[in-house]
Amino acid sequence: MSVLAIINTQNGSATKSGLEAASYAAGLAAQLGTDAVGIVAGPLSSADAIGATGITRTLHHEGAVQDSGQWAKLAAAAAGAAGATHVVCGHDHFGRAVAPRVAIRMNSGLVAGVTHLPEGGTVRKNVFSGKAMADVAVTTDKAVYTVTPNAFGVSTDGSTTAVEAFSADLGAARETVTGFESASGDGQVPLPEAELVVSAGRGLKGPENWGIVEELATALGATTACSRPVSDIGWRPHHEHVGQTGITIRPNLYIAAGISGAIQHLAGVNQSKTIVVINTDPEAPFFKAADYGIVGDAFEVLPKLTAALHALDS
Amino acid sequence: MKLLVCISQAPDTTSRIAFTNDDREFDSNGVQYIVNPYDEWYALVRAIELKEQQGGTVTTITVGGTQCDPTIRKALAIGADDAVRIDSEPTDAMQVARLIAGYANGKGFDVILCGKETIDHNGAVVPAMLAELLDCGFVANATHMEVNGSEASVKREAAGGEENVNVMLPMVLSAAKGMAEQRIPNMRGIMSARTKPLAVEAATAESGSRIERFALPPEKGACKIIDAENAAELIRLLREEAKVI
Ligand SMILES: Cc1cc2nc3c(=O)[nH]c(=O)nc-3n(C[C@H](O)[C@H](O)[C@H](O)COP(=O)(O)OP(=O)(O)OC[C@H]3O[C@@H](n4cnc5c(N)ncnc54)[C@H](O)[C@@H]3O)c2cc1C
Repeated sequence: MSVLAIINTQNGSATKSGLEAASYAAGLAAQLGTDAVGIVAGPLSSADAIGATGITRTLHHEGAVQDSGQWAKLAAAAAGAAGATHVVCGHDHFGRAVAPRVAIRMNSGLVAGVTHLPEGGTVRKNVFSGKAMADVAVTTDKAVYTVTPNAFGVSTDGSTTAVEAFSADLGAARETVTGFESASGDGQVPLPEAELVVSAGRGLKGPENWGIVEELATALGATTACSRPVSDIGWRPHHEHVGQTGITIRPNLYIAAGISGAIQHLAGVNQSKTIVVINTDPEAPFFKAADYGIVGDAFEVLPKLTAALHALDS
Repeated sequence: MKLLVCISQAPDTTSRIAFTNDDREFDSNGVQYIVNPYDEWYALVRAIELKEQQGGTVTTITVGGTQCDPTIRKALAIGADDAVRIDSEPTDAMQVARLIAGYANGKGFDVILCGKETIDHNGAVVPAMLAELLDCGFVANATHMEVNGSEASVKREAAGGEENVNVMLPMVLSAAKGMAEQRIPNMRGIMSARTKPLAVEAATAESGSRIERFALPPEKGACKIIDAENAAELIRLLREEAKVI
């Protein structure tokens, strides 16, 4: 018996969401009194971060795998080899493509987007775009879980992991990655993983005014986001759109400037740990969902916040 | 080209979320249902565009009871040719995927398009399960797609940007923002939707999980208002009180 973590890598290191899956697997293994095993494919420059999450054994497939079907075959083979009763993966783009395939291969129930370790036979996940939670019971012998980004965190109190070569028959690939286009806002943490987010809406009046948003984000080391109309009219790129029909995020800090707080916007952000709202209208609905609020003009308040941060640094 | 679009219904985005039967069921009292936005705006419209460019047929498939028929008619009004409803009240996404795969298997669909997730269960599970069940290629969160002969070139959301992926047909994809623009059905579409074929089929499949109960998030405490002239105070509170920076 064991718990298997599917750990995605990028440029030879585990991704944040891969490490979150590893941490969750280690937590679950401790709960079950068993070991947590990892499966990794492609170049791996160091397994230290994986060991630190509490994964004691890492199965390493030397060749990189791009195809989601091949990844599922590899993960299912690793689960078989490790005698895994549970498989854990991140609920990011990678996990969305691979974990459901693994669940079908292993004929095991899947709970997507879990936020907590199982308790009393069920596991908790978000539903209705963050407006509610559900406790889900898996009804098969084995289970697959995908972990919501930023919900569980990355643990670092493990030690080292033994890396073992692993191979499996992966069949032919049908998907080939031919290129990557990096989003504007280069160097920022991708939005779903970001712990600090500065977001702005129609109250900013035009794309030419985003400088003050970006300056605050840079001063904080935060990622920028926006409301839906702002991305619909092309002021900001689509991948910044948060909300019920955009990305759902749960950063530690969400600063919203010039966003009214419509129910569809709140759905994607209301699980943020701390919410700050800056709006000229004291009646803006967003204040009801906020921890801190400033009733004021974003054009004046944002530069003041940036200046206050710079003052702290100097 | 033979295109299949998976259509789910979902509560309108302004719905009050509440539960009944000891928090075991969603309270659908007074709730307006819509076509799940990702299915409608992106998957369905892109399928219709592909048909307009290259010819072919667009079939929609929905797993659910008769209460789904209005949303199915809406999809037909937007431009699908015909619809299938698998008459079943599924308990989880695995069951939905198995029912859809059971229908699609052997029917020669070139591309199966889904929305990236539903706005009620937020699983993002059905599309990749379908790909595995039908043993074909898959792209999650696709923002752009062109079909060139026996292959599709697709852009997908990836950490920090977008990836270009070539996939052999037949394939399954889940569609995200960017894939297409929402279309409002016109009068002719709405009229013709009434007489387009909607086949109802009976089928069963195994599920893998069950929702035991729902819960609502705890209420937020009161919002602390900081004077606009004293923005530095906010930074101090974020550091010392909230401890998030
Ligand atoms: C099916 C559906 C799905 C949707 N999905 C989403 C979604 O995923 N995400 C999303 O964001 N929206 C979504 N919406 C849209 C949503 O209903 C709102 O229309 C949208 O969130 C409003 O964006 P906003 O707050 O930027 O703009 P507005 O509502 O126009 O608000 C602008 C705010 O800026 C304030 N303001 C103006 N000037 C200033 C200033 N100088 N300084 C400070 N504040 C100022 C105003 O007081 C106002 O509160 C959806 C709608 C539908 C119907």
